[in-house]
Parts: sequence; structure tokens; C-alpha cells
Amino acid sequence: MKKSKWFYSTPYYLWLLFFVITPVVMIFYQSFFNIEGNFTFENYQIYFTSGTYLKMTLNSVWYAFLITLITLIISYPTAYLLSKTKHKQLWLMLIVLPTWVNLLLKAYAFIGIFSTHGGVNHFLEFIGIGSRQILFTDFSFIFVAAYIEIPFMIMPIFNSLEELDPSLISASRDLGANSFETFRRVIFPLSLNGVKSGVQSVFIPALSLFMLTRLIGGNRVITLGTAIEEHFLVTQNWGMGSTIGVVLIVAMFIIMRLTNEKKRKGGPLSK
Amino acid sequence: MKKKKWSNLYLFLVFIFLYVPIFYLIFYSFNAGGTMNDFTGFTLSNYQTVFDDARLIGIVLNTFMLAFLSSLIATTIGTFGAMGIYFTKRRRTRNALLSLNNILMVSPDVIIGASFLIFFTFLGISLNFFSVLLSHIAFSIPIVVLMVLPKLNEMNASLLDAARDLGASTFGVIWKVILPFITPGVIAGYFMAFTYSLDDFAVTFFVTGNGFSTLSVEIYSRARQGISLEINALSALIFLFSICLVIGYYFISKDNLTKKQKRRLRQQSEAREIL
Repeated sequence: MKKSKWFYSTPYYLWLLFFVITPVVMIFYQSFFNIEGNFTFENYQIYFTSGTYLKMTLNSVWYAFLITLITLIISYPTAYLLSKTKHKQLWLMLIVLPTWVNLLLKAYAFIGIFSTHGGVNHFLEFIGIGSRQILFTDFSFIFVAAYIEIPFMIMPIFNSLEELDPSLISASRDLGANSFETFRRVIFPLSLNGVKSGVQSVFIPALSLFMLTRLIGGNRVITLGTAIEEHFLVTQNWGMGSTIGVVLIVAMFIIMRLTNEKKRKGGPLSK
Repeated sequence: MKKKKWSNLYLFLVFIFLYVPIFYLIFYSFNAGGTMNDFTGFTLSNYQTVFDDARLIGIVLNTFMLAFLSSLIATTIGTFGAMGIYFTKRRRTRNALLSLNNILMVSPDVIIGASFLIFFTFLGISLNFFSVLLSHIAFSIPIVVLMVLPKLNEMNASLLDAARDLGASTFGVIWKVILPFITPGVIAGYFMAFTYSLDDFAVTFFVTGNGFSTLSVEIYSRARQGISLEINALSALIFLFSICLVIGYYFISKDNLTKKQKRRLRQQSEAREIL
């Protein structure tokens, strides 16, 4: 069995080598070359000294934070109430269904809804506020990004609430805690792992949604993802693009460190 | 009772919020007016335009072909990869393999796209269908592994020993014992890989050249030019198709669930007999 194992999982190990390890190494390597192809530390120097890049990074992190916060505020009660409904699986399926619609189509729908004569402005005129510019603003970007990420926040929180042992809640009630106390001291702390993995799966994409900044943000919002796309596909400055890519990878690791479960009981495989 | 009413209202509002944009899109696909603002009259001509647009149909076929092929190859590599991880006895090696496996799951799309672009350019692979196919296989493999591995862990290891004691070859053990047991996981992995491929925009956008386009890339370039109700009609068709896929997936996962429940019930009854 041992020898043959190497035989049939060879393609998998090759994949690990060529499509996981090599690309990450290459993006690091590329970040040390300037646009003429000479080896240099210039890119990092520019990144850390010219204020524009640092400001852009801070901006991107701030937007990602806002998006994550808004999705969390909407998703936690949803997941909590969902876990109390009767036909859970059906409702959960209805939550998941919108994620199967292509992201670009959802963004496209919002171009129609937020446009000058679109649905929202019709409504605003109807209630007497009057139409205003909604598309191509910071608000529209955050709104659409939150819309897209909500299901990805609901699912992990819902799962953690489902795993919660109901006898703990009964115990807490029996010991005299009211429902708010029970929630604050039992339910919420125990669902924190779900919240963490939800934050992880929303925050990282929120740093890099370049198609939304283009279609909905109208190039007013620049995230790390937009900057990378710009450098790679428009200005063809791959070195600088890779440098920002390295920054994004570092940001990713920081977030994963912060959101990973602290008490690891021997990894995900142990039972 | 009153509390229940409020919670139902909240859930209802969230569902409205999630579905309004999609139905807005589909609603205007029947608009004769040509914009997403005023509904001037009912028409099916937007659907007619979709079916007459040979280029668009070609792109749709390309996208499905790509999803079909990439998920098939990714499922094969991923399933055997999961077995490789399963049979790795040292815990540290196994955890290292799992962490490596998950790198592409958590990496932002732009990073995957940009690094693959550097990699392909370095190797001199031209950017066309082949480069897109390779990338789609690459980012679908980890999800297959994550779907198959729990099934392998559920398997009773003595089954394998029994098969080998009875003289089965390695191939026989895999083909007759392991594969039948993990089939639901493999199918779920295939479905997930398929939807990953259909859904992907950013990675494809980076690694595709002039000659090859997928639906997402096409929608992006058309949406940048403004509104055309042809896209609305197309999205209505895609939404219908997604519903069919979800229903299919639902039945597969339900199958998984009932087996799990059956086992739990059996364990409970066994426990009762012992008592």
C-alpha cells in the first residue's frame, strides 16, 4: 500500500508543487524586479515611502472592515433565527442559492437598480426625497460587496449554532439565567468560532474585489485587488503588482492568525 | 408569540434583500423598452437575441465545456490526493499537507490569477483555453480534497484490512472498497468544482488571452459598456440552470445525510441492546 500510495497520488503532489508552492514563490521573486527587469528593492521602497500606496492600503483595509462589520451585523441575527426555524435545511438552501448566481450578474443587477433612473431612485422620488447619484459612490461599493458576502457569513455562524449542544441552553435556563444572559454567556461565546471563520471568509475577498470597484465603485474606490489588477493588466508593471500582492498575502496571514481557533486540539483531522 | 412574529419578519426581510436584485434582473429581461428602468411592455425578444447571438452561445458552450473538463480532472486528482493524505500516517506531515491544500482555498482570486499569470509567462505557455483549463483544475482540486477526506475518515479502517486479508490487490481495495464508500463525497466534490469553475471571474480574467473568453469575462466587458437586456435574459436562463443544479446537489447531500442518520439510529439501537 505504501509504495502504491506514491504512485496514485503523484498528480496531487505535483499539483501542490507547481500550482501552490511555485506561484507563491514566483510572486515573491517577481516583486524584486522593476519594470525594466532589473533586480532591485525599489518596489518595496516606493511602496513604503510614497504615501499613495500606504494610503491606498489603509483605505482598502478600512473598506474591508466596514463590509465585514455590516455583513456580521445583518448575518448573526439571521443565522440565529434560522437555527430556530422548523425547516432549517430548506431555509439554508434558500440562503445558499443566491451564491450560485454569478457574482458579475449580481453586480450588473445593481448597475440597473442604482442607476440615475433605476429602481432605488424611482422609490426615492416617490417618497419625496428626490433622485440622487448612487452608482459610482463609496456607499454603493460597500452595499453591493456586503450583499454579495452575506451568505458566506451566515453559513459558518449557522453551522456553529447548530453544533451547539441544546442541553447547555437548558442548563443555563435551569440555573436561573434569563434568555439575554443565556445568549451573552453561553450561546454567543460558543458560536464565536463560526463568527471567526465568517470574518475570515468575508474580510479577505473584501480586500481584493476589483471587479466591483470597477463596475459599481466607478474607479473611485481603489482596493488592494484593484491596484494589483491595474499593475498587471493595464500598466504592465508586474514588479510593483507583485509587491502589492505580497502585501495582500501578508494581510491574509495576519487575518488568519487572528481568526484561527486558539485552542487547536491536534488539527482538523483528529476526532 | 409576538417575538416569533418579529423574528419571522426579520428573516423575511433578509430573504427579500437577497432575492430582489436577482428578480429585478429577471423581471426586466421581459421588458420591451430596452432599459432596466421603465417597463414598457412584455416581450420575449431579448431571449430571441440570446439564442441568435452565435458568439454568445459559443461562449456559453465554452464555459460549460471548461467547467465539465476541469472539474472532471480536478475530481480525479483530488480524490487520489485525499487518499494520499488519508494514508499518511504521521500527523505532522498530514497537517502540513492539509495546510498546503488549503492555501488556494483562502487566497484571494487576484493573487491566484496574478501568480498563475507570472508562472505561465515564465514557462512560455501561451494564454488561451489551455492556460485557463490548467488554472481551473488547479483552484478546484482543494475543494474536492476537502469534500472527499471526511468520507475517508468516516470509513471503517478494518474494512481495508479485511479486503487485503482476503487477498485483494491495492487496485482491488481502491476500486471495490474505498471508491464505493466515498462516492457521495466524490460527487459532492465534483459539483463544487463545477460551480467554482462556472463562477470564476478573476482568475480567468488574468490568465485568458484574446482567443478565449468565458461567460463571466464576457458579462464583465459588456457590463462595462452599459446595460443590454440580452444579459438580463441570459441571467434568467442561468438562474434557472442554477436552481436545477442546487436541487440536484440537495438530493445528493440529502442522501449523505440520511445515511449518516441511519447509522446514528443504528448505533443508538445497538447501545440500547447492550444496556
